[in-house]
Amino acid sequence: MTDPIYKTDALIADDIDQYLKVHEHKTMLRFITCGSVDDGKSTLIGRLLYDSKMIFEDQLEALQADSKKVGTQGQEIDFALLVDGLAAEREQGITIDVAYRFFATEKRKFIVADTPGHEQYTRNMVTGASTADLAVILIDARKGILTQTRRHSYLAHLIGIRNIVLAVNKMDLVGYDQAVFDGIVKDYAAFARSIGITAFTPMPISGFKGDNITGLSPNTPWYRGPALIEHLETVDVNSAADADKPFRMAVQWVNRPNLDFRGFSGQIATGSVRPGDAIRVLPSGKTSTITRIVTLNGDLEEAVAGQSVTLCFADEVDCSRGDVIAASDSPPQVADQFEATIVWMADEEMLPGRSYWLKIGTQTVTATVQQPKYQVNVNTMEQLAAKTLELNAIGVANLSTDRQVVFEPYADNRTLGGFILIDKITNATVAAGMLHFSLRRAQNVHWQATDVSRDFHAGLKNQKPAVLWFTGLSGAGKSTIANLVEKRLARMNRHTFLLDGDNVRHGLNKDLGFTDADRVENIRRVGEVAKLMTDAGLIVITAFISPFRAERDMVRQMMQPGEFIEVHIDTSLADAEARDVKGLYKKARAGQLKNFTGIDSPYEAPEDPEIRIDTADMTAEEAAEAIVARLIP
Amino acid sequence: MADVKTLTHLERLEAESIHILREVVAEAEKPVMLYSVGKDSAVMLHLARKAFYPSPPPFPLLHVDTTWKFQEMYKLRDRMAQESGMELLVYHNQEAMDRGINPFDHGALHTDMWKTEGLKQALNLHGFDAAFGGARRDEEKSRAKERIFSFRTASHGWDPKKQRPELWNLYNARKHKGESIRVFPISNWTELDIWQYIHLNNVPIVPLYFADIRPTVERDGMLLMVDDDRFPLMPGETPVMRSIRFRTLGCYPLTGAVESTAKTLPEVIQETLLTTTSERQGRAIDKDAGGAGMEKKKQEGYF
Repeated sequence: MTDPIYKTDALIADDIDQYLKVHEHKTMLRFITCGSVDDGKSTLIGRLLYDSKMIFEDQLEALQADSKKVGTQGQEIDFALLVDGLAAEREQGITIDVAYRFFATEKRKFIVADTPGHEQYTRNMVTGASTADLAVILIDARKGILTQTRRHSYLAHLIGIRNIVLAVNKMDLVGYDQAVFDGIVKDYAAFARSIGITAFTPMPISGFKGDNITGLSPNTPWYRGPALIEHLETVDVNSAADADKPFRMAVQWVNRPNLDFRGFSGQIATGSVRPGDAIRVLPSGKTSTITRIVTLNGDLEEAVAGQSVTLCFADEVDCSRGDVIAASDSPPQVADQFEATIVWMADEEMLPGRSYWLKIGTQTVTATVQQPKYQVNVNTMEQLAAKTLELNAIGVANLSTDRQVVFEPYADNRTLGGFILIDKITNATVAAGMLHFSLRRAQNVHWQATDVSRDFHAGLKNQKPAVLWFTGLSGAGKSTIANLVEKRLARMNRHTFLLDGDNVRHGLNKDLGFTDADRVENIRRVGEVAKLMTDAGLIVITAFISPFRAERDMVRQMMQPGEFIEVHIDTSLADAEARDVKGLYKKARAGQLKNFTGIDSPYEAPEDPEIRIDTADMTAEEAAEAIVARLIP
Repeated sequence: MADVKTLTHLERLEAESIHILREVVAEAEKPVMLYSVGKDSAVMLHLARKAFYPSPPPFPLLHVDTTWKFQEMYKLRDRMAQESGMELLVYHNQEAMDRGINPFDHGALHTDMWKTEGLKQALNLHGFDAAFGGARRDEEKSRAKERIFSFRTASHGWDPKKQRPELWNLYNARKHKGESIRVFPISNWTELDIWQYIHLNNVPIVPLYFADIRPTVERDGMLLMVDDDRFPLMPGETPVMRSIRFRTLGCYPLTGAVESTAKTLPEVIQETLLTTTSERQGRAIDKDAGGAGMEKKKQEGYF
């Protein structure tokens, strides 16, 4: 019923060379479609593919057959079947992941991120939106603005999409009634203003019938346009705005084929660069001048945001992966503490205090996130108090990194402001985040250099500082053995201190409970105390269950190389429970004690501890002797 | 600023692909590029040469061969390895070789043993932890949801529910020992993008993509080319000379030709634009196991 957009235009048949010339200059727009399950999202995308002739005869035949078999549109073609992909999803009749579709018109190539509408899939929508220039928010004309509409609009705005199309779909089912359309647009405008969306483009459409998709529909004479495709073809793309900003490029790889060539490869995030430009390498702050922009097709006179290039400098300046090359006169900031919005994407909740990998641009550092300041209810935009973030939760929190990070606020620069968090044990991508600003603390709190050094402290005591980190199930014998070890060391005139789990919880950590998040914080504090004590030259002995590998590794990272000695007091759960010195297992089994390690909270045994004590093989005295022998051979 | 430049769609695609290639080289221990000698591989190889110029791409090319490719493909393969200055590794599944597995007698088993098993064996043999592949999302429905970095277990399995979210251009390439990543740098390219890019950059491709008079037989509605004398002719069957070309290239007994007179790239593109069937239509492999054919193959470890 509608004309295909991608008219097999006369030029293809008549003058293919001319046609190709015209198409060399096409630009590209990436957009996402967001809507609820029944808003007709897949139908709209199927329609765009169909109208732009991205569907071939063999696919169309399959589609017609499928439409009759499993379609929801009776004998008519069910366009949604074109885009609902994986087998399991097909059976359920819903899209459950991000899928990317492609079509093109005379003016532009389009990449559509098809993102699902259910609440539990915030993660997918944020993923699809992160690369989009524009968002199409679909509304069912019969239903008006729903909770999902608000959620999708909030997320699109959060991720920085400035072009929003409000597509009021299924206009055919409300008799193309202008009053219905106007009412929805008015409601939406009020909501949009409340969350900071300053402009949007509303249009009445029918994905199923094709109204106002490729051209203006005679069914809506009251609508002056634009049609959806016309708007998509002409709206500004992000990369154009990025080119106006100061120059920044994150270095991906140093190109060094021989001693005569040293180039720095990366994709330009913002701005442009020319030979002769003064640049600054961050975080070091060293400066130089661009001499060449090297490509396989010859040197360039200029390169702009979005291009992948290789740059050469006039001077031998230190520069490697993770560094950022920037315009010398307006460099980005460097900091190690930030406020950020975090979108949690993993089944396992965020643990404040746990260390994660943070990847931003080409920099990968260790980061810890503090307890969220608040969580946002994505349906009502209310700010709620939160101790952690669960799957699909969005919150604002402070985070700190173990090294200086070159960054810009996300609102100014997606590349230097957007980051992901990676679980150090599973390697899963657990969160996406957007930096707001660096904390003033980070700018004003500096390390105070002291004259009496840690070596001096250790030298006075005539010993090498160390941390003997005991880990094991409750009742394994950690405190008993640790006590014996300290007595032996004291007899050898060593300066020691024993940090015991129960004792610390009476003072320093009395505000902490036994949830996963509190256990992480408990260990972090003990780690920091142990670190100060090693700085003072002591041999520190700690006796904590410390059930998580990630936190033990975190403490290991805090210490000087070789100073952290992990001692696994290895007892089977059955033995520990049989012993049950404090009667805790009995309570836990009776359900009176929650989050008890080994019962309803996991214990992650060390994979490669420096010392392993099998309590079935030796007495506590023998164990202490073995540990001391290992420490002081 | 005076002249702000908006990149064309091909410039944006190229920049994205180069970024991906460099990220993998920076983060993986031992990457390799799977080179199938088709047009997509040709573009991927060209992008790799651009990404690392003036260095040669810092990884080898791996061709998982079935011994049943077109002769012209072997010729171009060897030439491109030499021109790019890259090491070429050719792998043959020894068991398939010994058992004489071939596309005429063994059907799906041929693809399974030579390609799927062959690929796993080759990756294990060399210990590659990242492999570039030239798959595109527009090729087939289940590919549309594939990530650019696709994680495989130590046994090369693919679990569509366990793939990592990919935000912005941040790729998480971390993995455990034994696990590997398949990386698809040209995920976002369409068939037409590929052709336009080949045209604009003079990327060398196998001459079979252009029409010529070639010996053919017609079977099950597919036009097959008699590429060598291993092609068993049915009683009474004689090859007919036809003007044909190929839209995709694989094992010659499994790859259908189209009748065509398009002898130049613009003519090929013209035909592509005017055509009414999808490019994988000439491939027998997608028809196995109904609509979910490719998805099932992927879970088993096919690219």
